[in-house]
Parts: sequence; structure tokens; C-alpha cells
Amino acid sequence: MARALIEALNLEVHYGGITAVKGISFAVEEGELVCLIGANGAGKTSTLKALARMIPSSGEIHYRDDRLDRLPSHALIGKGLALVPEGRGIFTRLTVAENLAMGAYHRNDKGEIGADLERIYAMLPRLAERRDQVAGTLSGGEQQMLAIGRALMGRPQLLLLDEPSMGLAPLMVDKIFEVIRTVAAQGVTILLVEQNARLALQTCTRGYVMESGRITLADTSAHLLADPRVRAAYLGE
Amino acid sequence: MDILLQQIINGLTTGSVYAIVALGYTMVYGVIQLINFAHGEVVMIGAMVAFSVIMAVVGMGLPLPPVVIVLGGVLAAIPVCMAIGYLLERVAYRPLRHAPRLAPLITAIGMSIVLQHLALLIWGRDPRAFPQIMENTSHAIGGAAISSVQIAIILLSVAMMAGLTWFVYRTKFGIAIRATAEDVRVAALMGVDANRVIAVTFVIAAALGAVAGVMVGTYYGIAHYTMGFILGLKAFSAAVLGGIGNLAGAMLGGILLGLVEALGAGYIGEFTDLCQWPVARDLLAERCMADGHVVLFGSNYQDVFAFLVLILVLVFRPSGLLGERVSERA
Repeated sequence: MARALIEALNLEVHYGGITAVKGISFAVEEGELVCLIGANGAGKTSTLKALARMIPSSGEIHYRDDRLDRLPSHALIGKGLALVPEGRGIFTRLTVAENLAMGAYHRNDKGEIGADLERIYAMLPRLAERRDQVAGTLSGGEQQMLAIGRALMGRPQLLLLDEPSMGLAPLMVDKIFEVIRTVAAQGVTILLVEQNARLALQTCTRGYVMESGRITLADTSAHLLADPRVRAAYLGE
Repeated sequence: MDILLQQIINGLTTGSVYAIVALGYTMVYGVIQLINFAHGEVVMIGAMVAFSVIMAVVGMGLPLPPVVIVLGGVLAAIPVCMAIGYLLERVAYRPLRHAPRLAPLITAIGMSIVLQHLALLIWGRDPRAFPQIMENTSHAIGGAAISSVQIAIILLSVAMMAGLTWFVYRTKFGIAIRATAEDVRVAALMGVDANRVIAVTFVIAAALGAVAGVMVGTYYGIAHYTMGFILGLKAFSAAVLGGIGNLAGAMLGGILLGLVEALGAGYIGEFTDLCQWPVARDLLAERCMADGHVVLFGSNYQDVFAFLVLILVLVFRPSGLLGERVSERA
């Protein structure tokens, strides 16, 4: 078994007096597509934000030979970690092209950046059509595409996706998940947080189930899809 | 003489200076939503440093062309102001980055007082007169006059505005500044070090302020340790008029405010001359006969217009002419 690309040990997140994440441990190995499912408020987003150092946390976060919990947020992309935040987090006042340029902000290989940009425009043609448009005028689905494209411009080895299906029409959700599978097939390791448990488990190879700040189940997607507890709580059966 | 054209020329000159100073306020506000009330003082120190350098060079009696001497003053003022801008951010504002909004605002006013009194200690309490070394030739245009200093101020301001616009909209770091202004935490995910962006913003604002300070000094021929206060307030009003946080707004607001002020000062005497109104003329018949004019407000009310504009904007369009969102922040 390959060694873990990222591993969290006893991760805890506090907001004031509330503990949103209560000492969880998990790992994602190189090349895996892993999902983290659970109800609203289970602590999934807090977990991703802690990994990306957007909020303070305790416990250890190992990423290759680094301790992420000792790094500032802006140092992570240089290490190969990108997060597509909840609510997409695109820069609405910047153009599509400028948003994508921001994704490559830490890179200095101009020629390669241009090639990556063309690749992303080829994969997400809607972005190419709207490259000079202010990003705030895009539809929700297009904004999600842009957020993913922008993260890919950083050439991440690990991509953290926070609720990419949120607020999107079913057709758009299918498209977004198709993109996610394509990116995973290209060798990018993905940790996906999703409320749409069925879709997430059908896409990922492995999954963690979070409930009020704790990981309650960890198994392959096939087992989780068959698990009566998962079926009752998250698949509406 | 064409008074209207003359007032427009004067208004464009002071308006250009307001625009450059307003850019300093608006850039900093755009990135950290702080009104850097010490910015006017940075402008004042720019004028003072240039004054000292110009005096020293003139005192040495070097046979340099006046333009070179003034340019030397500018080139000395810029790094000094940049250093002050950096220190302000580093020492006064950064430690309060996550404090309640009122704390850095009060600190800004405090820093303004500190800088004023620092200037008082160094340059004294008397107004310092800039040596009149520039040959201020007047050029006639359409019944009005424009001086070479006015031409220089307008051209230099336009060049700086164009340069800043290019930097903010066309360079990688400029895009990062705009991204940080919109969402610091997401910009960090792209690898943008917010502290660096904020520091650079302060330094650029201070550099613009330094040049504005020298422009004001050479235009009015005078520098004083309190000059930054009123200038800063006016430029702040200009930034609010244009929509604070908006670069184009600061430029537009500055120019408009300069025009309003010049036209207001130019015509207020005429409009408030009571002898032209029939009712008042009858009441004041004796004095109107004797003096011809009984003027209620003279051009010394010039400073009122900036604040009148500020009040009107805050009442009727708080987001400013080009501002998109109404800000309820302190």
C-alpha cells in the first residue's frame, strides 16, 4: 500500500465554545479519490478548512514530509495542495481569465502556465467562451467550473473539494462530477466533501462518514453504499 | 479674462492632486477596509522632505536647472514616505488586523497626530516657503492662463493614474491585490501572502502621496506641518464621492471635487452678493449704493465645498458615484 499523501491525527476544530471537529484521524493515499460525507453541520467543511489552514485547529496534519499544521495558508499551494472552497470562492470582480491566472499565482513557468490554461479551456469550453467576462456574471455551475479550473491551474497533487454540487441543477451536477472523475483519472489525488452521499460514493473509491464532529464509519464506497446505517441515514432508503 | 475657464484650469490642477491623494485612501480601503487617516500626514511629510532637499541644493548653489532640483526633492520624498507607509502598516495596523474595526481607525488618527508632531519637531511651527526657483511661465489659452507648474501637475498626475491603473489591472501582482481585496482567505489559497500585498499597497499609496505632497508644495509655494490634515480630509471626501475602494472613483472624485471647489470659490461671492437680489437691495440700499456689493460669503469659504460634497454624498449616495456596494462599515 502506498504511503499516505495526507494524514490527519486527532484533528480538532473549535469555534468559540463549540467543538466542530472532535479529534478525528484519517488518511488519503496518493492517487486516491476519497470522499467525506455526512449531514449539514457534521464538521466536514471545518475539516477541509483546517487542512487548508484557513481556520486554526489542534492535532497533527502530515502532508508528505511537511506538517501542514505549522504552515500558513498561503504556503500550501506551493506544496501541491489546493482547495476549492465551499460556495466556490471565485473572485467575482475579476475576469474569468484573471481568476485562472490567480490559480497559477505561485508558479513562474510562464510557458507551462499558458499550456495548462489551454488544457483547462479545452476541458471546460464554457470558460474559454467567457474568458474576458467578469466572473460574477457567470451562472452557478460555470462558477463552480471556474473554481475547479482555477485550482487546477496551480497543478495540485492533492485537490480538496468542498460541496461542489451545492446549489446546482442536476444536469450541472453531472457535468461537475464528470470533470472530477477526469481530474482524478489524470492522477490528481482528491478528497471530496459532499452532502449528496449517493453521488459521492458512486464517484469515490473510499469514504468516511462524519457525524457531529466524529468519523463514525470508514470503508470502501461499495461497502458504505450497502451499509444499512448509511442507507437509512444518507441515502434515504 | 475668461473666469469660468480659469476656474476650470485651477480646479483641474487641485483636482489632480486630490485624485492622487484619494487613490492612496481608496487603495488601502479596498484591501483592508481601513481608512488610513494618517495618509494626509504622509503627503505633508513628502512636501517637507522635498522642501528640505530643495533648500539644501539651492543653498549649495549648484548650477542645476530648477526642474532637476525639484525632481531631486521628489526622488528624496518618495522613499522617505514609502518607509513611513510601510512602518505605519507594520507597527500600527498589522497588530490590529483582527481587532474590532474601531481600533485601527482610532490608531490611524493617533498615527496622524504622531506624524504631525514629528514634523513639528523637525520643521518647526512656521510655514516653510518653497524657494521660487521654477520659472512659472504663464501660457494663454482661450482667454485664461495656465502656468507651467499647473501643466506639470496635471500631466504628472495623469501619468501616475495611468501607471497605477496599468499596474493594478495588467500585472500579476496587481491582480493579486484585487483578488486579496475581494477575499483574503481565498487569495491565500492561491499562494498570495496577504501581509505582503497589504504592505505593498501601503507603500504604493505612500509613494503617490509623496509626489502629491511635492506638487502641493510647489503649487502653493508653502509647506506646513498641519497641511496634511485638511488636504487629507478633502482627498478622503473625494474618495467617498467616487466610491471608496474604487480606483476610477478616486480619480473621478478627485477631479470633480477640485472643479466644484474652484468653481464654488470663484462664484460664491457673485451669488451671495445681496445687492443683486431686489428684496435685499431695498433693505441694504445705503450700503449697496456706497460699496456696490454686500457679499455674504467670499472665496475664503473654499474649504466648505469639499465637506458639503461629502455630506451630500453620504446622505444621497453613500456608495459614491462608482461604488457598487453600500458599506455599513466604520
